[in-house]
Amino acid sequence: MSDSHDSLSKKPADEPGSGGGDVRERVPPEAIRAVPVRHWGRWIGVAVVFALLAALFQAFRGADINWDVVGEFLTYDTIIEGAGKTLWITLLSMLLGVVLGVILAIMRLSGNPVLSGVAWGYIWFFRGTPVLVQLFLWYNLSFVFETVNFGFYKDEMNDFMTPFLAALLGLGLNEAAYMAEIARAGIQSVDRGQTEAAHALGMNNGKTMRRIVLPQAMRVIIPPTGNEFINMLKTSSLVYAIQYTELFRAGNTISTRNLAVMEMLIVVTVWYLILTTVFSIGQYYLERYFARGNERVRPPTPLQRARARLTGPRRQRAGRGPAGGV
Amino acid sequence: MGTTTNSSSPMVKAEQVHKNFGPVQVLRGIDLEVSPGEVCCVVGPSGSGKSTLLRCVNHLEKINAGRLWVDGELVGYRQRGDKLYEMREREVAAQRRDIGMVFQRFNLFPHMTATENVMEAPVQVKGVRRADARKRAEQLLERVGLADRMASYPSQLSGGQQQRVAIARALAMDPKLMLFDEPTSALDPELVGEVLDVMRALAEDGMTMIVVTHEMGFAREVGDTLVFMDDGMVVEAGDPREVLANPRQERTRAFLSKVL
Ligand SMILES: Nc1ncnc2c1ncn2[C@@H]1O[C@H](COP(=O)(O)OP(=O)(O)OP(=O)(O)O)[C@@H](O)[C@H]1O
Ligand SMILES: [Mg+2]
Repeated sequence: MSDSHDSLSKKPADEPGSGGGDVRERVPPEAIRAVPVRHWGRWIGVAVVFALLAALFQAFRGADINWDVVGEFLTYDTIIEGAGKTLWITLLSMLLGVVLGVILAIMRLSGNPVLSGVAWGYIWFFRGTPVLVQLFLWYNLSFVFETVNFGFYKDEMNDFMTPFLAALLGLGLNEAAYMAEIARAGIQSVDRGQTEAAHALGMNNGKTMRRIVLPQAMRVIIPPTGNEFINMLKTSSLVYAIQYTELFRAGNTISTRNLAVMEMLIVVTVWYLILTTVFSIGQYYLERYFARGNERVRPPTPLQRARARLTGPRRQRAGRGPAGGV
Repeated sequence: MGTTTNSSSPMVKAEQVHKNFGPVQVLRGIDLEVSPGEVCCVVGPSGSGKSTLLRCVNHLEKINAGRLWVDGELVGYRQRGDKLYEMREREVAAQRRDIGMVFQRFNLFPHMTATENVMEAPVQVKGVRRADARKRAEQLLERVGLADRMASYPSQLSGGQQQRVAIARALAMDPKLMLFDEPTSALDPELVGEVLDVMRALAEDGMTMIVVTHEMGFAREVGDTLVFMDDGMVVEAGDPREVLANPRQERTRAFLSKVL
């Protein structure tokens, strides 16, 4: 084998395209300075966009919006509290949805017909009914069950099923049905050889799932879960209907008092945008983390990219090393 | 090496092992004996059931008929009287602990470094302390010539290096039997040697090995027995040098004339 390598490198150096020849005698060719392709369409596009933005701006300046009210209420206590509650109910519902969803996916894929049947039925019900209806079902449970009795815990249903709990159950259990499908796709994307290798080492099904399959499935699960998260931030506004005072309801409550309906809607919109933007950034870093061991597809962080641009082309491959700076 | 004593009980014993996938008969009555310390090379045309046989030995596949023992224990079943009871998942896992397996396509865990790959099973299965497992993993990686690649992820290693990590990973469980399923078939030709060297060293240390391979040179030099399989049956078995030099069966001859 090494002989053939030697004979390769002994090819005459002036042959075009032959690598590894006698480099010392070669003068590097002049860098290409071609006229770049002109993207006229892009410039026209930019002009159109600016024109539309200007028109929109003009229209809103003439509109009857009291921007002072917007500015004032953007940092109003109850609004910030509402935004906090939106965040809180979103986080908890997603947590419930992800954990339950993964369990459902594993049940669905297990060889046990009882487990996979139960998972199928769950997904069938919760995907088949509107989340708003589910929220009302939970919230109004006291109409049919006056008390709750878990054996160790007893209470009036009215006291037990608070708006918060109804919101959490309504959003979280519904989300689990969607997460189950996402997790199932992720688990199935992992090569069967991984499971076999783990089994051959004496690992049982549970350990194989937890240590080998799920971490690899994450790479497929995380991006759509990020979308679900951002969806949930917005869907959580539905729980205003069951008296949970999250961001949207907080804005609504204020506007019934000060009658600045549009102004409050703008305040709420700005807050939703802030929340979704922050989550998008978090999602980016989460995806990077679970791409570890797969450096070739792992993009540099914006910070690394900026640094590479400042220090020139030499550093551009810096993000690829094993210490890719998580 | 080499001398296989008849007195010691076999490490692997197969009696009329049958395996079918639905209507397809893949193994049709395999008889096989591998003594402790023996290196048994299995050759045969594609689709003859070599991989399936290996996978039956560590119960990745269930056999349909016959009996299969590893180190005197029935694989995957318990016998009471003349009744067979299927083993529970935990018992099967316990049996597999003592059998190392190396795959054609490596099957390293891509989200773990080389060291973590090797540590994983001792820590998770045997409950070895992480620090101890790490030390042992580093020794094993050194032994397969990868002292400088311990922190690398599989995607950063060449095929030959990945396969050597896979061997170290199997060795970390201190197996009494190692199964190799065409360990060099997915490798570029210049990388085959480094993996075979590791396997040769392992054989010299007295490891019992069943090696499915197309490397006839390895079978001749390292193998104690050569088993030729075709169409789900053992056609011919014996000393590798003998079988390779003058095969007795027509089918063996036809196969060898194609691969040699
Ligand atoms: N899970 C399975 N389901 C159905 N058929 C299978 C399965 N696994 C293997 N087979 C069939 O069993 C036969 C033997 O397969 P096996 O992989 O054991 O052959 P092999 O001797 O290892 O071949 P190769 O040299 O190509 O690896 C093939 O015909 C294959 O199609
Ligand atoms: Mg095979």
